[in-house]
Amino acid sequence: MREKPILRVATKLLVPFILLFALYVQFHGDFGPGGGFQAGVIFASGFILYALVFGLDFARDALPAAVRRVGMSCGVLIYAGVGVAGMLTGGRYLDYSVLAADRLAGQHIGIFLVELGVGLCVFTALTTIFFVFAGRNRDLGPGD
Amino acid sequence: MEVPGLFNYWMVVVLMMAGLYTVIARGNLVKKIVGLNVFQISVFVLYITMGKITGGTAPILGGGLALYSNPLPHVLILTAIVVGVATTALGLALIVRIREAYGTIEEDEILDMERGET
Amino acid sequence: MTISEHLPALVVVLPLMAAPACVMLRHPFAAWLVASGTSWLCLLMSALLLRQVADHGAFSYQLGNWAAPWGIEYRIDMASAFILVIVSAIAAVVSLYARASVAHEIEQSRQYLFHALFVVCLSGLLGIAITGDAFNLFVFLEISSLSTYAMVALGRDRRALTAAMRYLVLGTVGATFYVIGVGLAYMMTGTLNMADLAARLPAVIHTSTAQAGLAFLVIGIGLKMAAFPLHFWLPDAYAHAPSAASAFLAGTATKVAVYAFLRMVVGVFGATGILAVAAMADMLMVVAVLGMVVGSAVAIWQTDIRRALAYSSVAQIGYVLLGISLLTEAGLAAGIVHLFNHAVMKSALFLALGSVFLRLGSVRIADLAGIGRRMPLSMAAFLVAGLSMIGVPLTVGFVSKWYLVEAILHKGLWPVAVLVLLSSLLAVVYVWRVVEVMWFAKPSALALTAVEAPLSMLVPTWMLAGAAVWFGVDATGTMAVARAAAAVLMTGVGQ
Repeated sequence: MREKPILRVATKLLVPFILLFALYVQFHGDFGPGGGFQAGVIFASGFILYALVFGLDFARDALPAAVRRVGMSCGVLIYAGVGVAGMLTGGRYLDYSVLAADRLAGQHIGIFLVELGVGLCVFTALTTIFFVFAGRNRDLGPGD
Repeated sequence: MEVPGLFNYWMVVVLMMAGLYTVIARGNLVKKIVGLNVFQISVFVLYITMGKITGGTAPILGGGLALYSNPLPHVLILTAIVVGVATTALGLALIVRIREAYGTIEEDEILDMERGET
Repeated sequence: MTISEHLPALVVVLPLMAAPACVMLRHPFAAWLVASGTSWLCLLMSALLLRQVADHGAFSYQLGNWAAPWGIEYRIDMASAFILVIVSAIAAVVSLYARASVAHEIEQSRQYLFHALFVVCLSGLLGIAITGDAFNLFVFLEISSLSTYAMVALGRDRRALTAAMRYLVLGTVGATFYVIGVGLAYMMTGTLNMADLAARLPAVIHTSTAQAGLAFLVIGIGLKMAAFPLHFWLPDAYAHAPSAASAFLAGTATKVAVYAFLRMVVGVFGATGILAVAAMADMLMVVAVLGMVVGSAVAIWQTDIRRALAYSSVAQIGYVLLGISLLTEAGLAAGIVHLFNHAVMKSALFLALGSVFLRLGSVRIADLAGIGRRMPLSMAAFLVAGLSMIGVPLTVGFVSKWYLVEAILHKGLWPVAVLVLLSSLLAVVYVWRVVEVMWFAKPSALALTAVEAPLSMLVPTWMLAGAAVWFGVDATGTMAVARAAAAVLMTGVGQ
C-alpha cells in the first residue's frame, strides 16, 4: 500500500477519531446506547484499519503480543474481580450496590469497571484474532 | 395483522433452512462456517423480533415514553453474538490449520486422506 | 456474609479466574499448578455444597442480588450438587494426571494453553450444573464447548484438527437448536428462570410454539450429549484429543449435557405432562435401546481402543436415557447414579490408555500385545474398570445395571431388560477382546520397550479404578443421593 497516499493520509486522519469514538461509546455506555463490547470492537477496528493500510509489522509494534495477552487476561480478571469485590464488601457476587457508601454510586462504579474489563478484553481478543490470521497468511507464501 | 404480518418469522425460517442446508450440503469448510453463521443469525432475528412491540421505542429512561420494546432479548442476543464470534474465529483458525496440515479444505478430499491413514 | 454463602458463585468464578492466570504465567508447570489447585478447590467447594444441600435442603443464590425471576439465579439442589461433585472430582483427578501426560503429548510452548482451556471448560461445566436460568445455561454450554473444541484440536496428529472441526460444527448446531427452543419457550411464557418456566408452561403447552420449543430443546441437547443417531462427532473427538482431555471429557462433558436434558426436558417440561402424552417417552426409549445395542456392537469392530471406548460411551448414554424414559423415580435414579458410575469407570479406562500411549505412542489393539506384563499396574486398573464396564458384581457398573433392570422390570418391560443384558454381553466382547490381547498375547517388539507409567499418572488412574470398586461394594451413599436427585427432578412429572 506504499503507493496509495490517499489511503494513508485518510487513515491517519481517521484512526484517532475512531479511537475517540470508541472511548465515547465506552464511557457514555451507562447513559445511552453503548458499552464495553461495542467500544472494544470499535477500538479494535481502528487498529485493524491501521494494520491494513500500514502493514502488520507497524501495527504489531504499536500493540505487541505481550500487551495483548496481558490485556485479555486483565479484562477477564477485572470483570470477575469486581464481582468478588462485591462479595468482599458484604453483598452477593456482582452486587454493585455495596461498592460505595451510596447505593447508586456503587452501581455506577460497578458497571463502569465491569464495562472497562469487557472493553479491554474484547479489544485485545479481536486484534489478536486479526493478527493471528493475518500473520498466518504470510507464512503460506504467494502461491497460497 | 397487516400484509407483512409474520414476515420476520418467515425470514427466520428461510435463513435458518438456508444456513442449515449449507452446513450439511457443502463440502468446503469455509462455506460450512458461513452456513453456520447464517443459521445462528436467523436465531438472532427470531429473538429480536419477539422483543419488538408495535409503536414501542428504545427502552431508555427519561424519555417519558410508556411503551417500549422488550430489551431483554437484545441483551441475550448480544451474548449470543459474542458466542457466535468466538465460534467463528475458532472455526476459521481450525480451517487455517487444516489447510496447512492437509493442503485442502474440501471435506471429501480430507476424508479420503484420513481413510488412507487408518 | 460468610464465605460459605458465596460458594455457589465461587465454584464457577474461581476456575474462570484461574484461566487468565494460566495465560499470564505461561510457564507449563506454573500453569498446571494453578489448574490443578483450582480443580481440587472446586472439588472441596462442591462437596461442601452437597453437604449443605443434604443438611438444609435446596437453596438459591441471586447473582448481583437481583431477585429470582428477573435476575440470574443459581439453584443448588440434590441433582445439581451431585453433578457438581462428579464434574469437579473427575477434573481434580485428571488434573493430577495431566502434568506428565500433557508434557509428553503437547509441545512445550502450548502446554499452558491446555491448562487454561481445562479450567475454562471446568468452569463452564460447573456453571451448567448450578445455574437456574435457561439462557445462562446456554452461555455456560458454549463456554465449555468452545474450550473443548480447542482442547481436542491440541491433539497429537492432524486428524485431531478435523475431529475438532466436526465437533465444532455439530456442537454449534446443537447449541443453536437449544437457543431456539429456549426462545420459543420464552415467547410463550416471558421468563427464562427454570422454576418460573416450569410453573408457567402448563398453561401454554397446547400451543404449537411451546411444543416446537420442546422439540428443538430435545434435539439440541441430544446433539451435545451424543445420544444415538446424533453421536457422530464423538468417536473422532475422543480418539484424537490429548489423553488427559479424552479422560476429562469422557467423564464429564456428555454427563453434564444429560443433566441439562434432565433439567430442561424432565424438570421444566415434565411438569406439563407432555412427556407421557406425546409418546415422547416411548420414542426416547427406542432411541436409548438402539444406542445401547448399536454403540456396543460398533465398539467391537474398532482397532483403535480409544474409538472403541468412545462408542461404548454412546451405549452408556443409552443406558442413562433408558432410565429417564421410564419416567419413574426408580428409573431416573438408576440413570443418575449411572452418570456417576460411568464417569468414574470411563475416565479410569481413558487414563490407563493414556499411560499406554505415553510409553508406546500408540493405542492400536495390535500394538498392545502383552503390554500387561510390562505395565502391570496400569493394565490392572484397565482390567478393573473394564470389568466394571461389563457390569461384574462388586463394581459400579453392576450397581447401575442392577437398579436399571429392577426399574425396567417394575414397569413390566421384560423385553427391554433382555436388551440391556444383550448390550452387556456385547460389552463383554469389546472389553475382553482388549484384555486378552493385553495380558495373554505374546509381547510385541514395541510392547517390550515399555516400562510402567510414572507415579503421577498411576496414582490418579488407580484413584478412579479404586473408586469403581469402592462405590460398587457400598453403593448406599451414591444411591441415596441419586434417589434424592431423582425426587427433585420428578416433582412436576408425577408417576
